Amino acid sequence: MDLLEYQGKQLFARHGIPVPAGEPASTVEEAVAAAQRIGYPCAIKAQVQVGGRGKLGGIKLADDSSQAREHAEAILGMDIKGLTVRELWIEGASQIEAEYYASFVFDRGAKAVLAMLSTRGGMDIEEVSAQAPEAIASLHIDPLIGFQPFHGRRLAFEAGVDADLVRPVGAFLERLYGAFVGEDATLMEVNPLIVTPERTLVALDAKVTLDGNSLYRHPENAELRDLSSEDPQERMAKDRDLTYVKLDGNIGILGNGAGLVMSTLDVVAQHGGAPANFLDAGGGSKAEAITAAVEVITSDPNVRAVLFNIFGGITRCDEVARGLIQAFEQIEPTIPFVVRLDGTNGEEGRALLAAAALPNVHSASTMDEAAARVVELAK
Amino acid sequence: MSVIVDRETRLCTSGITGREGTFHSLNNRAYGTNVVSGVTPGKGGQDVEGIPVYDTFHEAVAQTQANTAMIFVPPPFAADSILEAGITTIIAITEGIPAHDELRVYTHLRRTPSIRLIGPNCPGVLSPGKANVGIIPAAFFREGNVGVVSRSGTLTYQVGNELAQRGFGNSSIVGIGGDPVPGSSFVDIIDLFEADPETELIVMSGEIGGDAEEVAAAHIAAHISKPVVAYIAGFTAPPGKTMGHAGAIVSGSKGTAAAKAEALEAAGVRVAKTPTQVAEFAVELLGG
Repeated sequence: MDLLEYQGKQLFARHGIPVPAGEPASTVEEAVAAAQRIGYPCAIKAQVQVGGRGKLGGIKLADDSSQAREHAEAILGMDIKGLTVRELWIEGASQIEAEYYASFVFDRGAKAVLAMLSTRGGMDIEEVSAQAPEAIASLHIDPLIGFQPFHGRRLAFEAGVDADLVRPVGAFLERLYGAFVGEDATLMEVNPLIVTPERTLVALDAKVTLDGNSLYRHPENAELRDLSSEDPQERMAKDRDLTYVKLDGNIGILGNGAGLVMSTLDVVAQHGGAPANFLDAGGGSKAEAITAAVEVITSDPNVRAVLFNIFGGITRCDEVARGLIQAFEQIEPTIPFVVRLDGTNGEEGRALLAAAALPNVHSASTMDEAAARVVELAK
Repeated sequence: MSVIVDRETRLCTSGITGREGTFHSLNNRAYGTNVVSGVTPGKGGQDVEGIPVYDTFHEAVAQTQANTAMIFVPPPFAADSILEAGITTIIAITEGIPAHDELRVYTHLRRTPSIRLIGPNCPGVLSPGKANVGIIPAAFFREGNVGVVSRSGTLTYQVGNELAQRGFGNSSIVGIGGDPVPGSSFVDIIDLFEADPETELIVMSGEIGGDAEEVAAAHIAAHISKPVVAYIAGFTAPPGKTMGHAGAIVSGSKGTAAAKAEALEAAGVRVAKTPTQVAEFAVELLGG
């Protein structure tokens, strides 16, 4: 789960990581009132999960309340790379002497946490990593030992941090690591980590990704949402506990298991079709989950045909068939469905569907046949 | 022959009194797996249709000489249960374990080479005709010479079923799971199949994300003499919303299906475009 900048900063603040004072706002009035409390100059920042918002006019400095109003009006509702700005973060403008880069990331390849530090932070860090990789100091942290003072020293000396900041940088990284593990994050990136004229360190940005599997032990994080990046179907799916990703085609897809659903998308594309979504009904899909899934898929107006591809393991095909029959009773879809049921209780499932004789529901015995059929029906 | 589970397997299920734990333990026993015990703290002394239940793994192993553990407890308790089990083979079915918990378990077990962890978030291991540990629907598979290793559960069944329809059986089918920190990698299992005299063809089924397939490709080129067929899912998956730059800085590779297929083909692996084509390649390599 990706957090917005301000959500990340509020989380940092809880762990004693210095961030500029600020307030979120979702209306122009709230933004102006927040700016008055924070004082001028202040920064009005669009809250969207996409890089490069500054270059696109999503970050403006205000010197007085009329400028704060003007910028808030311009930024709220603006489109940044396809996302609509629905929230702002107002914070006091910072004096910047130097821009560093600091991050912890869950490194799947190395199966360890990777720490990175550079004194060449700011907007061009990716260029730095490509052209001068030695400018980014990095090391892996043993999760059974955690972040030690020597990690901080090594990173700071290797990155070429100013001598007076070696200890403060180490302390900053130690706190950031504490937050990274304590909040079950898979990414915490501070870019820039600024050095102020008073020689203090402040996290001027926050990119935080939290592990969705850990939210049960962080109920306060589970409530964080990003209104700008939720489309209606994705919100419906989230409310129904389904794994759904919207795509731009016209063939609705439902399967069980992420691998099989991805494979189904590929096979549909190979037959010349365009999938409208990824939907994993999960292991042990029950009738209610299937009904909810049909509701979500068919609520997308682009969908012209739907493919059900189920290979039952824990999932029982008769349960899926019952769910589909129940869905047709409740929703009465008007578009064609192609259903392929195989695996555990496949025969029972196919028999149930045959007996129900649902309108415009076609059965297929293999994945290839099902894909070819649904592509034909969506034309 | 087969890998990881066979007639010598003595299985103890953690979470045996839960709904899924009971169902699949009995299912595994009905297949012929020697299910010797189960563990549920506080329910020691009970039994599940004749399978004795103990409060601790320590006691279960001492009393029943279990050599394989199957983990079925919910995510908040799964890492603890894996560490408690501590026996030579641990197969963790549980889905949804926090990533940092997995990382601690992995780091600890890597220092304990006598323990092999399969999963978590995996369908288990089936050695047709010998033993089934987990949730793989065994009725679709029979004994044979194709070893299958996969990151995805249902896709494993799909690929296995395509092979079965062309008349192929399996030495073993191993689900390594799709989590960020799997206990065993493609490389670990491919090495087992290389050493297994019954296995004549290795089929690996991967998917987008991470670099496990790329690592496997390099390993196959250097160390594996048996033919390998691969299938990768996710060619049309949308690139995930990336956040920050750290991901790109770390891997340099995007973990796309195309990049994985390319790496495998460069290593001499036949990469199938569909699950059906996996079976067609098997026919070409082994004869119909």
